[in-house]
Amino acid sequence: MPIKIAGESLNSCSGCEISILDMGDKFLQLLEFATFVHLPLLMDSKHGDPENIGKAVKLPQADVGLISGGIKTHEHLELARAMRDSCDCIIALGTCATHGGIPSLANSYNNDDLLERCFNTISTDKMDGSTDKVDGFPSHEVPGLLNACYALDEHIQVDICLPGCPPHPDHIFRALQSLEKNESLDLPEKSVCDNCPATRNGKGRIKTLKRTLDLPKWQIYDHAEKPFTCFLEQGFLCMGPVTRNGCGGDSDPARCIMAQVPCRGCYGPVKKEGNQRLSMLNALASNGIDISSLPETVSMLRFSGGHGLLRPLSGKKESE
Amino acid sequence: MGKVININPITRIEGHASIHIQLDNNGNVQETKVAFKSLRGFEKFVEGKPAEELPRIVSRICGICPWMHHLASNKAVDACFNVTPPPAGSLLRELMLAVAHVEDKLLHFFFLAGADFFLGPGVDYSVRNIMGLVKENPELAGKVVKMRHKAKMVLDRFSKKTIHPVAGVPGGFIKPLSMEDHKIFLDNLTELMDFTLFSLEYAKKEVFPEYLYSYPGLGEITTGFIGTVDPDGALNLYDGNIRLMKPSGSFTEFPSEEYLDHLGEKVVPFSYGKFPYAKCWGEGFSLNPSAPKGIYRSNTLARINVADHIGTPWAQAELEGFRDLFGRPAQGTLLYHYARLIEAVYACERAIEILKDPWVMNPETRTKAEPGAGRGIGCVEAPRGTLIHDYTTDENGLITRVNIIVGTNHNLAPINLSVDRAARDLIKNGHYDEAILNKIEMAVRAYDP
Repeated sequence: MPIKIAGESLNSCSGCEISILDMGDKFLQLLEFATFVHLPLLMDSKHGDPENIGKAVKLPQADVGLISGGIKTHEHLELARAMRDSCDCIIALGTCATHGGIPSLANSYNNDDLLERCFNTISTDKMDGSTDKVDGFPSHEVPGLLNACYALDEHIQVDICLPGCPPHPDHIFRALQSLEKNESLDLPEKSVCDNCPATRNGKGRIKTLKRTLDLPKWQIYDHAEKPFTCFLEQGFLCMGPVTRNGCGGDSDPARCIMAQVPCRGCYGPVKKEGNQRLSMLNALASNGIDISSLPETVSMLRFSGGHGLLRPLSGKKESE
Repeated sequence: MGKVININPITRIEGHASIHIQLDNNGNVQETKVAFKSLRGFEKFVEGKPAEELPRIVSRICGICPWMHHLASNKAVDACFNVTPPPAGSLLRELMLAVAHVEDKLLHFFFLAGADFFLGPGVDYSVRNIMGLVKENPELAGKVVKMRHKAKMVLDRFSKKTIHPVAGVPGGFIKPLSMEDHKIFLDNLTELMDFTLFSLEYAKKEVFPEYLYSYPGLGEITTGFIGTVDPDGALNLYDGNIRLMKPSGSFTEFPSEEYLDHLGEKVVPFSYGKFPYAKCWGEGFSLNPSAPKGIYRSNTLARINVADHIGTPWAQAELEGFRDLFGRPAQGTLLYHYARLIEAVYACERAIEILKDPWVMNPETRTKAEPGAGRGIGCVEAPRGTLIHDYTTDENGLITRVNIIVGTNHNLAPINLSVDRAARDLIKNGHYDEAILNKIEMAVRAYDP
């Protein structure tokens, strides 16, 4: 019997689902041992009967539930719980699901600030007939917002974490294959530096960090065998030391490094419960780098602001 | 009041949306609403971040068209920091944009909308999808899966990261094109060009006759259109003036920096997505189906309507054939699919044209930028429409304000009107079934939101 897969995307961009398609030929292989029973991006299964307003979401039973996106609305929460109820194994697909992802940058603000900015811009007209700002925000037929963007495991039990923005197709395929074959799943657990092709010469003499507008020294594109110097030693912020590796899939080093840009941390922290900002600031400080040379540090948590790591400032300047 | 029909979620589209149809006591449509349910707050949470980081953050607005957000953002930061990319930098950006358009169009036509055409709108939902197509027509489906993957892997090989790319940088592009990559691009694009031409011929023979002619009025509405053209009035996806056309076919043209003089956005109570409208027409905004106001459409049909011509020969020949049949501006909602395949041909031809431009191999791909205070408006054509990123920075080059109009949003009001039209035409006296509800969704899928 093929395994049954259900998929839902919550506070997400659909990139994780596109990464499933980016398996290419392996997607056709996947269809030989797996059947999709629910996946709104690619198939027409609904959250219930057309006359279902106010009724509980009903999803088909499945062996595996792939959930992308964090939880930001009451509807996301309801869907996450419905998926948990209807699936034997839940895979948190992508860093939004495992750690909140980019949308969890919103956790630095309360919802009124978000709504105020989004619906009172230089190009928007106020809603007809409304004078009161808060009443002027959309509230009918749209799900209410929760007070933060949560990682899945803050609300439901998660069985397998596949971080990445997006997760590499190799890992999605192997995760599903391991479930079908009932085998253990072996995923990368070290940092991006573990298989980075850059050479490190020691701590370097860098005392401050440069903006990434400077041009890094690089020779890899035409002489792949030639090593290049670690971005951090060149004075560029690279989140590699505090980021889980795997973005290059089963055969390649980190994608951004190979594209000649420093890592920004999209696979989340090396240890699932780690804090990328805290670890990075510690690493920089212990290398004698003046962290006040950084323009800001909230961005160090741009992929992992869930689990309460980013919070509204509540009037005070956030402590670094 | 009669009952409410709730299609939740709308499926085989890219965003998160639902349809609410209010029936009257006789079971006929009284009112429809399409709710767009995603609110992540990008315009707020990028504040205070270094502007040069934005191209790597805002790509996450959409995992299906991340290249377009990435490049519009880079163009906006270029303008904030007052830096101009060298010719090769701009050409490489446009090359990536063109290939990403090809991939997106194959994805939409075959993987998302295609099941309605190849398998039929009324077949069981469990097989009405790409997985069903793999079983039903393994030869075609296998080819489609391979060709889409080929487009994606060309991008991947050169830029390394195609979902949420990083290779565009303020001031240009991260690296030059190597001889080896150039050859691979050219070989693959030539193959993709053949496949897009095959797809268009196939669709003209096997798909469009039944759907364009059997359901000519599905979701049909009469609106204006928006798109980008070059100085000769030809279709351009990467740069140029914005052209805003009235339903009559007359148009105004303006640089993207002047978008606020021409476009406004309405906030409606039932949608987190804002509804842009043509403020400069001076008629206001109305979603009233019998007298809509300020409504224009974006995306493929809009672009080929506003362009005087297409600058590449195969796509131009197809455009001429299309105009002979449907006129200019063509209004049929399902014609979006036809226009999508014409644009796929254009995107392949344009990518090949860029590869044959000697400047593309120039090693100077990036101008060094300095952070500073400024305002920058970056605009490209995303698959779903004219994408506008408007940034303001302080003296440290940190973001103080961002305003974004995403391609899909131009079509939110039209989608509401098309769904209303389809629902009124198809639901009569309380009768509806799964196939009818899917046909109503087809009126949404044409816009590929």
